[in-house]
Amino acid sequence: MTSSESSNSANLLSIQQLSAGYGQSVILKEVNIDLPLGQAVCLMGRNGVGKTTLLKSIMGHIKPKIGKVVLEDHDVTNWPANQRAVAGIGYVPQGREIFPYLTVHENLLMGLEALPMAERRIEVLDGMYDQFPALKTFRTKAAGTLSGGQQQQLALARVLVRKPKVLLLDEPTEGLQPNIVQEIEDLLQGLRDRQETSILLVEQFLDFAMSVADHCYVMENGEIVLEGPTKDLDQDSVREYLAV
Amino acid sequence: MTDPAAWGLQVFNGLSMGSIFLLVALGLALSFGLMNIINLAHGEFIMIGAYTTYSIQQAAISFTGGPASGVTFLIAIPVAFLVAATVGFLIERIIIRHLYGRSLDTLLATWGVGLGLQQLARSIFGAPNVQVVSPGWLSGTIKITSTLVLPMKRIFIILLVVVCVGGLFWYLYRSAWGRRTRAVMQNRQMASSLGVATNQVDSLTFAMGSGLAGVAGCALALLGPIGPSMGTFYIVDAFIVVILGGLGQIPGTILAALLIGMLNSLFEFSTTAVIGKVLVFALVILFLQWKPKGLMQMRGR
Repeated sequence: MTSSESSNSANLLSIQQLSAGYGQSVILKEVNIDLPLGQAVCLMGRNGVGKTTLLKSIMGHIKPKIGKVVLEDHDVTNWPANQRAVAGIGYVPQGREIFPYLTVHENLLMGLEALPMAERRIEVLDGMYDQFPALKTFRTKAAGTLSGGQQQQLALARVLVRKPKVLLLDEPTEGLQPNIVQEIEDLLQGLRDRQETSILLVEQFLDFAMSVADHCYVMENGEIVLEGPTKDLDQDSVREYLAV
Repeated sequence: MTDPAAWGLQVFNGLSMGSIFLLVALGLALSFGLMNIINLAHGEFIMIGAYTTYSIQQAAISFTGGPASGVTFLIAIPVAFLVAATVGFLIERIIIRHLYGRSLDTLLATWGVGLGLQQLARSIFGAPNVQVVSPGWLSGTIKITSTLVLPMKRIFIILLVVVCVGGLFWYLYRSAWGRRTRAVMQNRQMASSLGVATNQVDSLTFAMGSGLAGVAGCALALLGPIGPSMGTFYIVDAFIVVILGGLGQIPGTILAALLIGMLNSLFEFSTTAVIGKVLVFALVILFLQWKPKGLMQMRGR
């Protein structure tokens, strides 16, 4: 490839005409989403509209039927997940998926796997322990014994230790207490304001999404039905799409 | 009842047999726990390890012109590990890699690989069994009481297994590759999302399990004849051990191996070899009716 399109140059991640599904069924239909560098973008929608499928396609766990996933100037559509992680995509899945029989510390060490050998330094973890004191307390405990909120902190810390270019978050507030939701909100706002990491957030909780995201997309039946900058978004019509 | 020393010897024999089962079963447990494949060719890695030991001894004899020195056998142990591990690595890369998620296909394919390896051994070494001459320092006995005399060979085998299992635990719980292996076992998709090249973990773990079976072959070369199909004899017991221990559970595998070895030896001593085997299998089947997941199982979240 000689050069990328100039209109795309500001986009860190761009999903182009992506259709994907499981077996015969099609879940995503020609989805286009752009994640500009240093911004936070939120994807909203009811359960089962294809939000998680989209994140899995971006991470490389689902092969799209057509369409492209472009990270910086690379078409990563056919890359395996681990190579995408090395290229800078970080993923916090729904349900957190920490390694339950690894200790908290070992879970964090797994977060360094995507870095080149020379950069996998233990000192990096100290910063995370300062940021999440609860994790420091349970450093040597099996991660499966932590509470839901602590597991969510661990899942976030595990991906943030390597400062990913893109952070994919799948419903990070699901089932958590309000005070922990607030902590996560502060954390994401901090990331956004420092522009270290660009965020693609999947969320059903409108207030949380609004306070974190610069730009929102709303999905229904595998298609984007509404999009726009958060400040211009008509909250009532979004609520309608989210209502059960 | 016979003399208690005779029973003591049986317990000891059971322990040493159990420890060999353990070396064989660990590889099976690892490849099942990690990749969900049932490897029927695993017994052939025992055979490869045994023939490697034999070849090294033959080479040493023809090189020095005299009988093999006691050191030859010690050299053969790591070499048997490496040879079996290399063959395992290649088989994983060439065949098993393409069958992930298709358990029944791996069953058939690995059985075929096993037959192929046996035929290869027959072509290279001939159909008749061969024998390894035990080194002098292993042919003695140790007297515990006036009636209980333990053969050095079997003491050595137990120590060898302790070292191997210790090494495996160090690898799994202290090294970076071991951490990756455990992470992939627990959640393959998440491990790859974090940047772990899961296919490398698979190859390495498979090679490690094959190498341990190779060491078992080395130990068995001390106890009996070496033949192309020697692996098939142990593979059944090893599978029983893995299932009794709880699939993919290393502590369970250790416990089950010692138990099966001990029961085998005690039943065979008090009845006959065939009835002993039947009794052991019957007990295992009964136990699995009661606890289908085996001695140990992953605690649910």
